[in-house]
Amino acid sequence: MTLIKSGVPSRDELSTVIPPRQKLEKGPVVVVECFQEIPCNPCETACKQEAIRVPNINDLPIVDHELCNGCSLCISKCPGLAIFVIDETYSPNEVLVKIPYEFLPLPEEGDIVTALDREGKVLGDARVLKVQDGKYQDRTAVISITVAKDFSMEVRNIKVRG
Amino acid sequence: MRITGHPVLQFSRGKKIKFYFEGEEIEGYAGETIAAALHAAGVKDYHYSPKLNRPRGFFCAIGNCSSCLMEVDGQPNVRVCTEQVSEGMKVRRQHNKGVLKP
Amino acid sequence: MKNREIAVIGGGPAGLTAALYASRMGAEVTLLERHSIAGGQLVKQTHKFFGSQKQYAATRGIDIPQYLLEEIERQGVEILLDANVLGYYTEDGVLGYEKDKKFHVLKPERIIVGTGATENVLPFANNDLPGIYGAGAVQTLMNEYGIVPGNKALMVGAGNIGLIISYQLMQAGVEVKEIIVRGPIIRGYGVHASKVRRMGVPINTCCTVKSAHGNTCLEKVTTINLTENREPIPGTEREVDVDLLCISTGLSPLTELLWQAGCQMEYVAELGGHVPLRDKNMRTSQESIFVAGDASGIEEASMAMVEGMLAGLCAARDFGYDDGMFNELHYDAIMQLNELRSGEDSEKIRKGLKECLVKEVIR
Repeated sequence: MTLIKSGVPSRDELSTVIPPRQKLEKGPVVVVECFQEIPCNPCETACKQEAIRVPNINDLPIVDHELCNGCSLCISKCPGLAIFVIDETYSPNEVLVKIPYEFLPLPEEGDIVTALDREGKVLGDARVLKVQDGKYQDRTAVISITVAKDFSMEVRNIKVRG
Repeated sequence: MRITGHPVLQFSRGKKIKFYFEGEEIEGYAGETIAAALHAAGVKDYHYSPKLNRPRGFFCAIGNCSSCLMEVDGQPNVRVCTEQVSEGMKVRRQHNKGVLKP
Repeated sequence: MKNREIAVIGGGPAGLTAALYASRMGAEVTLLERHSIAGGQLVKQTHKFFGSQKQYAATRGIDIPQYLLEEIERQGVEILLDANVLGYYTEDGVLGYEKDKKFHVLKPERIIVGTGATENVLPFANNDLPGIYGAGAVQTLMNEYGIVPGNKALMVGAGNIGLIISYQLMQAGVEVKEIIVRGPIIRGYGVHASKVRRMGVPINTCCTVKSAHGNTCLEKVTTINLTENREPIPGTEREVDVDLLCISTGLSPLTELLWQAGCQMEYVAELGGHVPLRDKNMRTSQESIFVAGDASGIEEASMAMVEGMLAGLCAARDFGYDDGMFNELHYDAIMQLNELRSGEDSEKIRKGLKECLVKEVIR
């Protein structure tokens, strides 16, 4: 099932944006889940490392994962909420994933939340490490969660509990 | 029901207003449309079609479609989606084509 | 009778930008908006915009009107709110409008029509039940008036509007049970679809509404599956318990003023319906009438703003106004439109424009 039929990118589509293994093993890096040529370039504008470039406004973002330092400034600027930062070096068994989140209630640091995949299906528990919700984010909170490493390319949403 | 918490918007409501819907006192806020206040009070059926008596209500919200017509202060065919509430206003469901007052 | 150089009809993104550039060039401008606040559809768009910095990318739609309004107030544009334009008579250049329950007239030498669009209705049994609303109407209730429009919703249509409003319904605490789409693919941006899918909302393609049910209000909906040729498949009916059905099956340009004023109109399906013929400067077949935004063809807010810019610049130039920047700004606007419309997703628009874009209008 492809993006255009289901709203969820297929494995093949995802493979075009997943960073190379060697970069994932070095530190935090961005995953830009943007697959359609639409006129849009705030990710380029936000990136101070020039790791994301959009030469023509209708181009897909061209990501140089080597230049990316995982600073996450781009996450809250993407109008499609399609950018995530993955840090597989967080710990031996866990990955740190940063997601954009625009719902209430916002979780608090230390909360246990439910990790959801791209179809909203439950993956397991996640712990909230940090919630960035300041002026820069302009109401697109950036939430850092830690979750089992297996889920690094699956978890893309959370459900806040009670 | 009125929204209280919202992740993007903050609602600053104006002064509280009391108006009447079919004789019953309803609360609204200055700046709200009649449709918004009625919706918040759980009322969604605004008039009944003249021939087949079908319930009709809100549809377009911006005054284009004529689905939301009601009788307001004795005047029929008022588009309640654009008409603002005012203190003491009398709003009734309309059941016919309405006769315009001169 | 009050004379005015330019009247802009509609205070949405197209009209506000038209007023801005016309007044910046030096023209006297009156902006007439029928609502009590200016901004048009922008006042409900809580999401961040696409496009580039020039079109306010990454800025929430709700925050854009204030920038435009501050600038046009600085330029001395007369803004009339709660002013509903009723007609424009080219024979004597009179524009009639209603404000404060009275009829007024104005004599502008040029008008720019930025009246936007209206939501389409979908035909099915009991489609007139209260609780069945245009998706944009639901957005107005939620984002402008802070009213929860229902508790459980079904969205019909997965264009950008359907997808975005499904997301916004969830932000307002409404449960969105599913989104149904008539055709086999999702026409809105993939990223908008992904946002709702990861909230657990299914998007069912090849599906439409067969009928709605309820006593005084909507209580449930019967859906039916379709073949890829849009034919209903008997036996695939399904009931969904919802008290809110949002119809997002397209917009139609609001062109009554253009018809009434005698502009040449053309039916262009790709642009949403009847639209006026226009030249590249957004001038219609009537010399004194310009058009911008969704009234000229259904597109996005970013295109509406650039079309408004073009119309404003060119209307002002008819009076000889040019603060020295006309050529540069005019070129920039044309380039912006070309750039925004050059992608694969704009193929439909480009095709539609070919049918109503004319080289030179009668001057």
